[in-house]
Amino acid sequence: MTPPRRTRRRPQPPPAPQPPRLPQPSRPPSRDAAGAKGPGDNPERLYSVTGSGDGARAELDLVTLIVARSGPPVSATPEQAAVLRLCGTPLSVAELSAYLRLPFSTMTVLLTELIAAELVQARAPIVRQALPDRSLLEAVMHGLQRL
Amino acid sequence: MDFNGSDTLPGPRTEDHLPHTAQAAVKIVIVGGFGVGKTTMVGSVSEIRPLTTEETMTQAGIGVDDDYGSESKTATTVAMDFGRISITEKLVLYLFGTPGQERFWFLWNGLFEGALGAVVLVDTRRLEVSFDVMGRLEEGGVPFVVAVNSFPDAPRYPVEELRTALDLSPDIPIIDCDVRRRASSKDVLMTLMGFLHSLAMSGALT
Repeated sequence: MTPPRRTRRRPQPPPAPQPPRLPQPSRPPSRDAAGAKGPGDNPERLYSVTGSGDGARAELDLVTLIVARSGPPVSATPEQAAVLRLCGTPLSVAELSAYLRLPFSTMTVLLTELIAAELVQARAPIVRQALPDRSLLEAVMHGLQRL
Repeated sequence: MDFNGSDTLPGPRTEDHLPHTAQAAVKIVIVGGFGVGKTTMVGSVSEIRPLTTEETMTQAGIGVDDDYGSESKTATTVAMDFGRISITEKLVLYLFGTPGQERFWFLWNGLFEGALGAVVLVDTRRLEVSFDVMGRLEEGGVPFVVAVNSFPDAPRYPVEELRTALDLSPDIPIIDCDVRRRASSKDVLMTLMGFLHSLAMSGALT
């Protein structure tokens, strides 16, 4: 029996980042699509993709580690207090989302408030890079060996 | 949910707490069609009971979805199962098992961003369901290995026949596994890490 066949694909330039769940305000069509001559034509266009009115958001990944800086202040909302109690030790945004049964995007809004209020600290993940960190890969391999 | 009852607040078991020294996390994604064993693999190697994170999207956010021919926005919930492996006192690895349907790729873009690499789990009875997944990884420049989850009644193909069918370059590892077994799932992850390491050594990782 012969297996079905596929054709491999080539790397593509990354798509413009778009928040998946926020309603987007309508915008004029891109001038690139309307025949702009080059990147220098329209510098303000760079800024039109942000500022959709939903406020600034911390760059939070599913595996950003969140740690409470202090216990819940009296002014904390029940949701904020719940996060602060859970984050006595580091927890990823994904784990917080799972334990609190909140969608990831809701979790990031909540955490952005807590970061702004300096009630939690966010420890950014280590991401894949063009120049990979061999010692990082080796550390992960050694850790997996011990499983 | 009720956030006021601190006594009943869900959270990690005491033994599941990460040490305060945990400074950063890395992630690996496990992709494949529905029922191919992604969650089983996560569970077999995770130090915590696998958890589920969700995201709610509207149809408009998902993109093309005219199944119902409706103009109204319908909320769709996408769930991802994940597990965790402590690598060192400072470093934590998370494993995510993603939904395989094309309509959820929107969400995937955020997930794959920064992942060290991916495991494509395939079932030789339904090889074609993984084709789009692999293409998506290739387009995104995410390095991956292919793990063939051995189901008893699945057809067995020689590795080179699979490589040809999947149109994979000779350096991409293809391995058999039984994801119910911790040792086998660990072998798959080690194979991925070895592959990433070889890419790093050759400077080919972009």
